[in-house]
Order: sequence, then C-alpha cells, then structure tokens
Amino acid sequence: MLLIFLKRVLAAIPVLIIVASLTFFFVRLAPGGPFDSDRAVSQEVLINLQEAYNLNAPLSEQYFDYMSGVLVGDFGPSFRYPGRSVSEMIFTGLPVTLELAVYAILIALCVGIFSGVLAALKRNTFLDFIPMAIAMIGICVPTFLMGPLLVLIFGINLELLPVSGWDNLPGDKILPSITLGFAYAAYIARLSRGGMLEILGQDFIRTARAKGLSERAVVTKHAMQGGLIPVVSFLGPAVAGLLAGSFVVETIFQIPGLGRFYVEAAFNRDYTMILGTTIFFSAMIVFFNLLSDMAVMLFNPRARD
Amino acid sequence: MSKNYLNLFLCLIFITSCGDNISPVDSGLENQIFHFGNGSEPQGLDPHIVTGVPEHHILIALCEGLTSSNPKGGEPLPGMAESWTISEDGRVYTFNINQNAKWSNGDKVIADDFVWSWNRVLTPSLGSQYTDMLYYVEGAQDFYDGKINDFSKVGVKAIDFNTLEVVLKNPTPFFLGLLSHYSTWPVHKETVLKHGSIDDRNGQWTRPGNFVCNGPMQLKTWELNNKIVVEKNPFYWDAEMVKLNEIHYYPVTNVMTEDRMFRAGQLHSTYTVPAQKCPVYIEESNPNLSIDPYMGTYFYRTNTLHPVLKDKKVRKALAYSINRKQIVDKVSQCGQKPAFSFTPPGANGYQPKTEIPYDIELAKNLLAEAGYPNGEGFPVLEILFNTSEDHRKIALAVQQMWQANLGISVELVNMDWKVYLSRESSGDFQISRAGWIGDYEDPNTFLDLPMPGRGNNKTGWVNREYEKLVNQANQTLDQEKRYDLFRQAESILIDELPVIPIYTYVRQIQLSPDVKGWDSNYLDHHHPKYIYLERD
Repeated sequence: MLLIFLKRVLAAIPVLIIVASLTFFFVRLAPGGPFDSDRAVSQEVLINLQEAYNLNAPLSEQYFDYMSGVLVGDFGPSFRYPGRSVSEMIFTGLPVTLELAVYAILIALCVGIFSGVLAALKRNTFLDFIPMAIAMIGICVPTFLMGPLLVLIFGINLELLPVSGWDNLPGDKILPSITLGFAYAAYIARLSRGGMLEILGQDFIRTARAKGLSERAVVTKHAMQGGLIPVVSFLGPAVAGLLAGSFVVETIFQIPGLGRFYVEAAFNRDYTMILGTTIFFSAMIVFFNLLSDMAVMLFNPRARD
Repeated sequence: MSKNYLNLFLCLIFITSCGDNISPVDSGLENQIFHFGNGSEPQGLDPHIVTGVPEHHILIALCEGLTSSNPKGGEPLPGMAESWTISEDGRVYTFNINQNAKWSNGDKVIADDFVWSWNRVLTPSLGSQYTDMLYYVEGAQDFYDGKINDFSKVGVKAIDFNTLEVVLKNPTPFFLGLLSHYSTWPVHKETVLKHGSIDDRNGQWTRPGNFVCNGPMQLKTWELNNKIVVEKNPFYWDAEMVKLNEIHYYPVTNVMTEDRMFRAGQLHSTYTVPAQKCPVYIEESNPNLSIDPYMGTYFYRTNTLHPVLKDKKVRKALAYSINRKQIVDKVSQCGQKPAFSFTPPGANGYQPKTEIPYDIELAKNLLAEAGYPNGEGFPVLEILFNTSEDHRKIALAVQQMWQANLGISVELVNMDWKVYLSRESSGDFQISRAGWIGDYEDPNTFLDLPMPGRGNNKTGWVNREYEKLVNQANQTLDQEKRYDLFRQAESILIDELPVIPIYTYVRQIQLSPDVKGWDSNYLDHHHPKYIYLERD
C-alpha cells in the first residue's frame, strides 16, 4: 500500500508541472493584459509597469524564473494587488474555504448518508420516495438559486440568520454551509442508497441475519462498510470540487475564501494569481483523489490488487 | 454519526434562537460605526499606486491632500493647506500648510512631505498610473520621461516647513480641483522608506500597524476580501469635526448580495443598486433609494478610421436616430438623463449649449447623402461592449432603433472586460460602448479625452481646431471666457460626433435614513468628517 502511495505521489509531479506550464503560456495567449484599464495608461507607464513585474524579459526567461520560484514555494507577487504575494493571498483564503468545505461536507455526510441508508432500508415506501425526491431537487437546484432562497426565508423574512459574511456576525456560517452542503448531500443520499441496496442483497448480509444479529448491527457493522464505498470514492473529488467550486457560494454570501480569488484572477489577468491558484487547486485535486483511493483500499480489500 | 447529527441540530437551534440580535445598522447608530458597501476589494491603500472608486472611498478617510473635496460640490476646501495664493499669471501657487496638520503617528505634516511624495509619484519605476495628474507642474513630465534627472528642477519646492510653492507649465484653472485626487496626496516618507524604497510597489507600509497617513481616520484592521476597518485619527487637524468612530468597508462584489445585506440591516449604504431593482424601488418610493447627479457620460465610441464611419454624415445619422429619452425611461430606468453633450451639464457651473436632435427624417437624409439611401448598401457594423446585461439591453435598444429608423443592421458583440479594453485600445472595433467619469469638477476632464494623441481618445479622431480651442481654454484665467472656448470646442465635438453621448450617469445607492451629512455632489466624494449617524 505504501508503494502504491509513493508511486501515485511521484506520478503527480509531472502532472503538476504540465498544468503549471500550460497555464503559464495559455494565460499569456489570452487577449488583454493585467494593466489594461478603463482609463488608458500611457505607453511609458505601461513599460514601467511591465518592467516592475519582469514582463519585458523573454518569455523563456520569465518561465524559468517563475518555475524556479514555484519550486521553493514562491508564487510571485500579485499584479492586481500590489504589496500582496500570491502565496499570502492563497493562505489567507484557504482556511476560510477549508472551514466552509468541512461544514458543508459534514452536513452532506450526515444528511446524505442518513437519508440514503434509510431509503435503502425502507425501499419503496414513503421514507424512500420523499428523501429521494428531495435529493433529486437538491441535485437539480443550483446553489446560486438555493443560496438566495435560503437567505430570503431565514435572513430577510424570518430575520433569524445573517444574510452574508463569515465570522462577522453570530450564525453567519450557517446558511452558506447548508447551501453548499445540500447539493452534495443529495448526491451522497443517492450514492449511499444505491450502494446499500446492492449490499443488502448479498449473501454475507443474509448470513449475518441468520446468525441472529440485530438489524441495527447488520446495518452498521456489515452493510454500511461495503454499502458506503461509492460514497467514499465520491468524497475525494467532492472535497476537491468543494474547494475549487465554492466560488458561487462565496460570492452569494460574501465569504473571503479562495474561490473568489481564483475566478477574479482570471478576469483581471492577474497572471501570477491565476497560476498560483491553478497549481494549488490541481495539487488539492490530486491529493484528495489519492486520499479517497487510499480510503477505498482500506474499506475494500479487492481494490488493493 | 448520530452524535454529530445531534450536535449540528443543537447548534442550529442555539443560534437561531438568538433571533433578537441587534443588527449592525442599529448597533452602528449607538457607537457611530458606519457600515459601508464598497463594491470590491481595493487593489491596495497606497494612494500613488491604486486606481479606482472603492480605493477612493477608503483613501478619502485615511489621507488628505492640499485641498479637500467640497461636500456640496464646487470649489475645493482647505485641507492640509489652510490657505493659498495664486500669482497673477495663474502659474505660481503658494500653499500655506496648516501648522496643526499631523500624521496619524503625531509627526507634523510639512511642505517637504509634498515634494517627496510628488517625486515618488513621478518616479517611473514606481509605475504610478496617474502621473498625468501632475504633468501640469513645470518639468514634471520631463522628469518622468527621463529628460531631466534632478527633481529640484521640477516646479514644486518647499520654501520653508510650512510653505509649498508649485509652478505650473501653463495657467491651469482647475489645478486646485486636481489636488483633491488621491494621486496628488502625500505619504509619510519615513514610514514608506522603513518598509521599502521610494519606488517599491510591494512595500508593506500600507498594512495595519504600519500605515501612517494624515486623514480623519486611521487604518485599524484589514481582512482581505472581508472588510477594512478604519477608526478616528486623534491627530487629525480637524478631529473635533469628526463624529464617526469607525467605518467598516465591505467589498461586496455581488450587487444582489449587497441589496440583501442592506435589507437585512447589515449596511448603512450600498455601492450601487441592482439595475433590475431600481425601477421597482422608484415605483415603491423607497425612502432608502438615493439618486444623485453624477459627473459621468455613457456614450458610444465610433472608429473614425473605419471606411464607413469616417464620414461624419454617417456618424450624425447614427446619433440622430437614437431616442435617448426612450433609453433612459424604458431601458436604464434609474433616473439617468438623456445626454445631448459630451460634458455633463453643470460641471462647476459649465453649461454646454449643444443639441443632438432625435430626428429620423434628418438622419435618413444624412445617411442618403453619405450614399446609403434607406440604408441600402450599408455594411453590417458591430457594437462592441463588455459583458453585462445592462450594456446588452442598451445595445439591443440602439440596434432596434437603427434598424427601424435607418434600415441598417448592426451586430452585438460582447467581450470579457480585458478583451474589450484590448480591442478598443488597438482600434479593433467599429462602434463600442464606453463610459467616462470625471476625475475633477471641470469640463476639461471630459473635453481632454477626445484630444489627438490622448490614450483615452481611441476613436482615431483628430481635429486641430478642437485641440486649439481646448488648449486655449486651459490657458485662459477668466472663467467665462474659458467656458466660452470650451463651449465652442464642444460644438465641434458634437458636430463631428466621434463619440455619441447616450445618457448622463446618476449615482444610485441605498442609504439608511440614519446617515446624516451625506451631501450630494457631482464627483460623489463623501468626506467622512461631515458624516454622522442619527435617527430621527
């Protein structure tokens, strides 16, 4: 297992180098530059600005300068925010995005697994139909609709919770966590229902019941271990997706997370910020996929071969 | 698992039971804390580097120039300079620095601070984007361009600790107005040098704890993308006048989020009003809606180097067939005014006398004279705009008007902001939407734009008579004569129409009735020292 882990880590290095290189050249191909603004800057000012960020040097020199910086963890200064380094901005936004992702995934797991397992156990009853119908709605309703809806109900009409912010007012973390968590809860509910249904029909479950185990023990000790494997393999990409894709929720709820930097950097042609966040998110995606593969191997001995 | 679930449930119950929490707007009223929706995260807080309106909102609280904006508009008021004299030829300004003026660390503000700061702005390697604001000073542009290397040859010098002399290239009647722009404000030399060199764009002096400036407030905290908090500066020369204890600036990029924050009592003022909500609020007579005149023009640039658009008759036909009143009443719907001149009327008393008729017959005749009777043979042109639903709606309306009135077709092309800017600057467009907001309250901030060789002209239009009149106006000290020259220049501009004005902007925001001292002015400058919170 350690060997597999090391192999995967080694395989990730060329992937990240390719991602970084492609991004480096692609962002420079996009029309418009980081210093284009509504109020045109004169040619002299533009030259001085480019000089300040080493953009006048040959592309190959810029590339090797940048890549050697990345190797020592220096993603360069942000073009859009003078005085801020990309690394500083990533590590300012990351804890917030991570916290949001943790709350969302906890909500998703609790609600998703509970309703999925319940639906599988009470197959073809109301306890199956209703949670699955809600799950289908959760999959279909995008967060940019779900967020404002929750805000209107709980924030503006009932005046129970703040409508935006993160750590500014008591309770301001609840609505964004639920909004983001609900979409993933829906997927998890459907995955765990499917997984459980498959497992509940297996011989070893019948054996467990025949041994006289209580239904609770059969479900929690035997069925769930195998039935939730699809959920575990979904979790890796889901967490990576939560980190990179929280932009919408961060914007709706005015959350100072990493997702907003990522998208705004692209609009601003903030080259170093685009590169820094892309490399970082790629590393996250690779890491969480690896983590979920490892977890699946732990749960399912067949996957180790 | 069930334990987790129970914890979460209890947590929700606990927090939702705190429903009678006092809102930020209410607690702000008690503590004089102003919650301010500020559009987007500021690029930074170095007045010599940043550009943009959100940055201005914060800097006006933190720093102050020689003059300060008049809250009611018009002539600027004393700032760091308590008085000044102007030589008869209008070229030499002598500023007397207020002897009580101090930096937020208690140091005295002296005349040399301005000399050093302007030297910094004009240092090419700093990469300041507003150097042209100082080009009116003798030798400033030559210093920036490297033609002179000795800054003492630039027309700004400290006569003594409290006297600053500025020599201008030409008499520049709007020079005092320019000084209320943040790019001309001083920075604290020792602080800047402690955290970097004179030309260090990435110096850390603007961070909380390091930041020193001379405005009514000082920087308290700065949480990236969350909020910036400024608090009262006890060393400010006019600190008695300042009633607010703190201002919290929120960089809310999503206008709908901002609208909800205001409705939930989290903000005293918003940065803007969502376009789709504005007509609803007007109809409801929403008392929180505040619509003030704003010195800005929404217009279409025409590429006068284009084979068809180089004919002024075509440009006139296009301009005369746009029903501006219908656009502001039915499309933009937020109190904007139809524009019949490029300079918004009333800028520091300037009233343009131009007219752009909505006359379909005249427009058709002009198009026919240009060789396109009833639009026959007219090529399909493009209207370029940056991606935005508001710009699309206006472009659609114009497209339909031209189709119905002139029988010509245009295509709408929307582009990402940076692509749009790049295409406009390189002349790769036919007609493009644009907007211009005045930097200072004088017609020159508009009439300078279409001058030949200016980076913001972008239309390829060159008219020597126009150039002569604008230059002449800027060397004329008599205000009436000067405005007459501007009016003549504006008549040429509106006769030639390289730019087709559509409407004059308004500043639409939501403002809590608790906010007092928020006066309307054309530049939308709201100096925090006049603002306070009080409930009627």
